[in-house]
Amino acid sequence: MEYESVIGLEIHVELATKSKMFCKCSTVFGEAPNTQTCPVCLGLPGSLPVANEKAVEYVIKSGLALGCDINLYSLFHRKNYFYPDMPKDYQISQYDQPLCINGLIDLDMGDYQTRIGITRIHLEEDTGKLIHVGGAGRIAGAEYSLVDFNRAGVPLMEIVSEPDIRTPEEAKAYAQKLRAILQSLGVSDVSMEKGSMRVDANVSIRPKGSAEFGTKAELKNLNSFRSLQRALAYEIERQTKALNEGRPEDIVQETRHWDEAKGITSTLRTKEYAHDYRYFPDPDLVPMEFTSDYVEYLRAQLPELPDERKQRFMREYGLPVHEANLLTESKAMGDFFEETVKLYKGDPKAVANWMLGDMSYYLNTEGLEIDETAVTPKHLAELLKLMDKGVISGKIAKEIFPEMFETGKLPQVIVEEKGMTQISNEEEIAKIIDLVLEENASTVEEYRAGKDKAFGFLVGQAMRLTKGRGNPQLINRLLREKLQE
Amino acid sequence: MAISEKEVKHVAWLARLDLTDAETQKFTQQLDVILEHAGKISELDVKDIPPTSHAIPLKNVLREDKVGECLTPEAALSNAPKGEDQAFMVPRIV
Repeated sequence: MEYESVIGLEIHVELATKSKMFCKCSTVFGEAPNTQTCPVCLGLPGSLPVANEKAVEYVIKSGLALGCDINLYSLFHRKNYFYPDMPKDYQISQYDQPLCINGLIDLDMGDYQTRIGITRIHLEEDTGKLIHVGGAGRIAGAEYSLVDFNRAGVPLMEIVSEPDIRTPEEAKAYAQKLRAILQSLGVSDVSMEKGSMRVDANVSIRPKGSAEFGTKAELKNLNSFRSLQRALAYEIERQTKALNEGRPEDIVQETRHWDEAKGITSTLRTKEYAHDYRYFPDPDLVPMEFTSDYVEYLRAQLPELPDERKQRFMREYGLPVHEANLLTESKAMGDFFEETVKLYKGDPKAVANWMLGDMSYYLNTEGLEIDETAVTPKHLAELLKLMDKGVISGKIAKEIFPEMFETGKLPQVIVEEKGMTQISNEEEIAKIIDLVLEENASTVEEYRAGKDKAFGFLVGQAMRLTKGRGNPQLINRLLREKLQE
Repeated sequence: MAISEKEVKHVAWLARLDLTDAETQKFTQQLDVILEHAGKISELDVKDIPPTSHAIPLKNVLREDKVGECLTPEAALSNAPKGEDQAFMVPRIV
């Protein structure tokens, strides 16, 4: 039977406020354990939380950018459960009156478009960090655990999608686009690596065309977009196999852990507890009520969003839709592109080609984001200028590229250090061509007998003798002239 | 009965309370009286009254996003039964 998968994503994003959600502790990442706590975020008796207005503003802005309706009346609830990373034994979250509902993200999948609904966006607080001691650091075999509450109480925005996603590729595209939107808003640094963006995926399969849902698994430990896509592909395959081979009992509603190294998901052993959270309005936090003027005031502040930027890249720089899509996939890519175009003053398409070709290849291989490298728009602009001026050939430029990334040296410095300057001196090239013609007399004969391909071979020989530094146009012209003599 | 012993046991478990059978019986009776009493409210017609989440007429109590003083790790950990490497130590979780 043919199955289709049904995927929904729950994405948690730490907001980029200076202080925590309900107290004045700093949110700076990576500080020594338990240096950023106070009676409020430690849940000490008698302490009182007060909500951070910036965090509320960030969530409403995110909601507006994602096409949500904003609830003008919104409440904080207590979600009650026990876990050692949570000092109060309840998490302040939102329940039936979240800040935003009914949003959407449109995806351009290349050969088709699709729209993914957003059910809700709510504001809550993050938990502390657990370090498991013994058992190779995994919770299952640990002897005991250590708790660092620096992260406890950091504002956390949860964005819940509708189960509208049908493929692992769409899931990845949705998460990437969400990240790009939040980046442009500046509400979070949305780093999956640092854990400021965390993606959980619910996935089930059903016979194609069926309206009912199958039994879903929740996937955790998806620490990169690649993991998200791979884990979903694996899980869909696992569930499909189970049904095709008559083992529906292998699909149970459970949380599964993605193992990136092994490339498999497995049942996550957690302490059994009923999901009986007994939500009730937090008596310490009074309701929030917004005027539509306030919401419109925030809407007017929204910056250019990735879709608008994509349209502008097509209009302003004449980029094809595919290139415009890729260059607006992250804010950093788009910023890098525009900055380079400004410095280069040449053809924007050349900038796009280099960024999406050699640069993307390098970034993907190294697993880096553009803003994590030593390369700046100045590097790329200078490189393109050197090519335009004929100082280096395209071939040399490709050679310089990786070194630019590794050392952060400007291209002209590398060119000078390595003596890679293009040979554009006519006399010098003419001498080399004479040598090539002498050494390849038989090929010259073939060319004169009408074998056009032989010309390319001769050009190649000249390039080889110049170690790739010969000006290709000049070699072509002089070679043709000499052959016609 | 407004509440059963089974429900009391469940709620006690959710709150990590280890009740004896005698306690469970006793609390079931007490809770039953309380719930009956509170149940009187359902005799009122409240269909036009929005649910009350807070009894005080306050809204929008928010603070500016400003960083203030934190506790030292020593102070934060001073009441913890056990600690290690400036962190709270907890027994194995699963």
